[in-house]
Amino acid sequence: MPTDAVRPMRRRTAHPVAWWGWALLLATAAGRTANPWLLLLIAAVAGLVVAFCRGDEPWSGAYRVFLYIGLSAVAVRMAFYVVFGGSDGPTVLFTLPSVTLPDWAAGFRLGGDVTAEGALAALYDGLRLATLLVCVGAANALASPRRLLRSVPAVLYEVSVAVVVALSVAPQLVAGVGRVRRARALRGNTSRSPANLMRTVVAPVLHDALDRSLHLAAAMASRGYGRAAGVPAPARRATGAALLIGLLGLCAGAYAILGTATPAPLAWSVLAAGAAAAVFGIAFASKRVPHTRYRPDRFGPKDWAVVASGAAAVAGAVAGLALEPAAMWPATAPLHAPALPFAAAAGVLLAAAPALLVPSTPEGTR
Amino acid sequence: MIGDAIAFEHVTFAYAGPPVLDDVTFALPEGEFCLLVGPTGAGKSTLLKAVNGLVPRFTGGDMRGRITVTGRDVRGATPADLADVVGYVGQDPLAGFVTDEVELELAYTAEQLGVAPAAMRKRVTEIVDLLGLADVRDRALAQLSSGQRQRVAIGAALVAGPAALVLDEPTSALDPTAADEVLSALHRLVHDLGITVLLAEHRLERVVQYADSALLLDGGRVTAGPLGEILADSPVAPPVVELGRLAGWPGPPVTIREARRHAGPLRETLAARAGTVARGTDNPLRPAGPPLLEARGVTVDYPGVRAVAGVDLAASRGERIALMGRNGSGKSSLLWALQGTGKRSGGTVAIGGADPAARRPGERRTLAGLVPAEPADLLYAETCAAECAGADEDGRAPKGTCAKILDDLVDDVDPAAHPRDLSEGQRLALALAVTLTAAPPLLLLDEPTRGLDYPGKAALAARLRALAGAGHCVVVSTHDVEFCAEFASRVVVLSDGEVVADGPARQITAASPMFAPQVEKILPGWMTVGEVAAALESGDG
Repeated sequence: MPTDAVRPMRRRTAHPVAWWGWALLLATAAGRTANPWLLLLIAAVAGLVVAFCRGDEPWSGAYRVFLYIGLSAVAVRMAFYVVFGGSDGPTVLFTLPSVTLPDWAAGFRLGGDVTAEGALAALYDGLRLATLLVCVGAANALASPRRLLRSVPAVLYEVSVAVVVALSVAPQLVAGVGRVRRARALRGNTSRSPANLMRTVVAPVLHDALDRSLHLAAAMASRGYGRAAGVPAPARRATGAALLIGLLGLCAGAYAILGTATPAPLAWSVLAAGAAAAVFGIAFASKRVPHTRYRPDRFGPKDWAVVASGAAAVAGAVAGLALEPAAMWPATAPLHAPALPFAAAAGVLLAAAPALLVPSTPEGTR
Repeated sequence: MIGDAIAFEHVTFAYAGPPVLDDVTFALPEGEFCLLVGPTGAGKSTLLKAVNGLVPRFTGGDMRGRITVTGRDVRGATPADLADVVGYVGQDPLAGFVTDEVELELAYTAEQLGVAPAAMRKRVTEIVDLLGLADVRDRALAQLSSGQRQRVAIGAALVAGPAALVLDEPTSALDPTAADEVLSALHRLVHDLGITVLLAEHRLERVVQYADSALLLDGGRVTAGPLGEILADSPVAPPVVELGRLAGWPGPPVTIREARRHAGPLRETLAARAGTVARGTDNPLRPAGPPLLEARGVTVDYPGVRAVAGVDLAASRGERIALMGRNGSGKSSLLWALQGTGKRSGGTVAIGGADPAARRPGERRTLAGLVPAEPADLLYAETCAAECAGADEDGRAPKGTCAKILDDLVDDVDPAAHPRDLSEGQRLALALAVTLTAAPPLLLLDEPTRGLDYPGKAALAARLRALAGAGHCVVVSTHDVEFCAEFASRVVVLSDGEVVADGPARQITAASPMFAPQVEKILPGWMTVGEVAAALESGDG
C-alpha cells in the first residue's frame, strides 16, 4: 500500500534516540575512567562527530556551550580541592593559611598544603565530569528535540510537562545565549567578570529558556499531548508507580555504576531492574492510551550502527579495566605521566564512526 | 446552556491580588466569529487560555465559576483532554510547533487522539486544501513564510475537528498581506465548517470586517454585543470607528465599505479646508545639514540567504523613518547591521562619519541605539530602579540619567516593579530609556508596536516624534500601517533585501493598497483621525 500514511519519515540525520543512546554510552565510557588522555579523546571524538553530523539548527551550538560548562566544572573542582583539600601527596606546591576544624569534620580541611598530587587528582576528576557534560552537549547538538519529543511515549501523561521541559530546555538555552549576548552588546556591557556574566547572561538565558519550554509544554498540552481521557484511575496509579520505581531504579543504578563504592554486578542489576520497571510501566499504559502514527519514524540500520559505535566505547572501557586497570585509573602519587590504555582508546575511536555513517549534507540538514 | 459552543458563567479568576476576570458571563453560539477586544494587559490572553483550561493549569491562580465548551465542563479536564473540542493557537506559531514538517505538524493532534491512520490521512488532506497549504505540504516548517506558518498552526489545531477555535493575536507578527491570508482562511472556516472562533487582536483594523460580534474586556469585566455597539464605547477602537465617532456617523461603521457610504459630506467639508490646513505628517523637507547616517551598499549574508542586498540609505537628524516590507524582507537584519552589532557582509555605514561596527560596543551605542523586537532582552535587573542604575553604569552616564529619561517617557512606572511584570508599553519605554541613556543620535526600533493597543501606539508615536524633534534620527521597522501614518515622515519599503521605494510617507503609503491607513482609504489625502479632527476644529474656530 504505497500511501502517505505508511511512508516513513524522510531521513535527515540519525534518529534522535540513536544520538542520545550514542552520547550516553560515550558518557558511560567516560565514567569508567579517570585517564586524562582517554577523557580528552572522548571529548575530541564527540566534537568530531558533532562537527561532521550536526545540522544548521538553533540548538546546533550546544556542544560549545556545554564545553564551556565543562571547563567551569573543572575550575570549580580545582577550587574545591584548593580550599577543602582531598587526596594529598608529598609534593607541596604552596600552603594556604589553614583553619583547624572540629573533630566531627575530620577528613576535611580549610586551607593548608596544596600538593601537586592532589591537584592532579582533582584535575582528573574534574575532567571526568567535564567529559560527561560534553557528551550531553553533543547529544543536544545532534538530536532534534522536536523529533525526540515525537518519539516520547504518549503514556508519560502524568509527567508530560516535566518531560517536555526536560527535553527542550537545553536546546532553548543554547538558542537563547546568542540572542541575549547580542542584546548585551547593545547595552555596551562587555564586562567579563563572572558575577556580571551570571547576572546579565546566565540568569536571563535560564529565565528565557524555562519560559519557552513551559510555553511549548502548554502548546503541546493544547494539542492533546499527555491525554489521559478514558484511562481508569487504578490503571493510572499503577502506571505512575511503575514509572516512579523505574526512574528511581535507573537513577540509583546509574549512580552506582559511575561511583566506585558499589560492586559492579549489584549496580548493573539495579539499573536493569529500574529499566525493566520503566519499560513495563510504559508498555502497560500504552495499551490504554489510544495513539497512532501518521508516519512512522523507524529506527533503521544506520541508527543501530550509531548506537553500536557508542557501545564500542563502553566495551573498550570495560576491556581496558580488565587489561590495563592501572592506566584506566592512573594513580597520582608518585607523580608521572599516565599511559594511554590502548584497548579503551580503540573503542573510543570506533565511536567516531557516525562522522562517516551519517554526515550532514547541505540538502540533508537544510 | 446546551447549544452554546463556549459559555462562561460567573467566572472569576485572580492571581494574588485584584481579579483579572471579574464575574464574567457570556455565551457564544455555534458558528460565531467573535472578536475579543480590550486594552493591553486587560487579561485577554487569560480569558482565551481559560477556554481550554491552560489557565489555571499552567499558570496557577484562583478560578471560580463555570466554563463549558459544547456542554463539556472545562474544570475537571486537562487541556489535553479538551484537544478534541477546543483548538488553541498562540501568538508565536514557531514557539508552539512540536515537529519540523508541515504534514507531521498537522497530524500531531490526530496522532495524540488516536485517530486511525486512514482517517487521519483524509483529515490532513482536507485541512491542507481548506487552508491553501497544498504547495507547502512536504516542506519543513522552517522554510515557510510567517503567514504560512500561522496557517499551519491553525490547521494543526483544526485536525481534531474541534467545535471552537481560540486564537491569541494570530496576526500581530505578520505583515498586512500575510495577515490577510490568515484571516481570510479563518473566515472560510467559519463559513464552511461552522466552527466558533474567539479571537483576540490589537490590530482591530485588520479583523473587524470578518467578525460577527465582540466581547469587550476592560477592568476584568466583559461586555458582549454586536460589533458596532461594542466598539462605539470601547477604549480601543480602530481608526474607522474613531472617525465615525468624530463625524457622528450612525452605527458607527466598522468597515471601510460602510464608512465610505457616509463619507461624502465630510469629504466636501475637508476639501474646502485642505488648502488652509497644515497636516501633521506633511513635512517632506529634508532637514538641512550633512546627513547623520550614510549607508552604502549594505549587504548581510546568512548561509544560503542574502538578507540585505546592497541597501543605500542616508538620513538626517530630525527624520522619522518607517522601514516597511513583508516578513523576511530584511528589515531586522538591516537595523542590526546599521547599529553595528549585527552582521554586515559588505558595504559601508557611517554615523556622523564613524563606522559603528569598528567601534567597541560601549562607543557604538553612543552612535546608534537599537531597541530589539523583544525589548525584554535588553533588561536583566530585578527592579526598574536597578535597571536604570545599571544602564547609567553601562553607559558611564551620571547617576539618575536613565531614571530621568524614563520619567519623561512615562510617568507611572513603579521603580520597585520587576521589568517582566510591566505592561508591554511600560517595558518598551524602559528599554527605550536604557537605550537613550547613551544619548545616541540615531535611534533604531525593531517592531516596537507588537502588543501595544491604540492608546499605547499613539503614546509611542508621540514620544518618538518628540525625540525626532529634539534632534534624534528615528528609524522604526514596522508592519503597522496605522502606526506608520501616525509616526513617519518618510517611508522606506524593503523587498527581498532591496529598497524598492523611498520617499515622503504620504506619497508612499497612499500609492499602495497594502500600506494605506484606513483614514486614507475613506478620505483620500488624509492619513489620521487626528489630522481630520484638527482640520475640522480649525475650520470651526
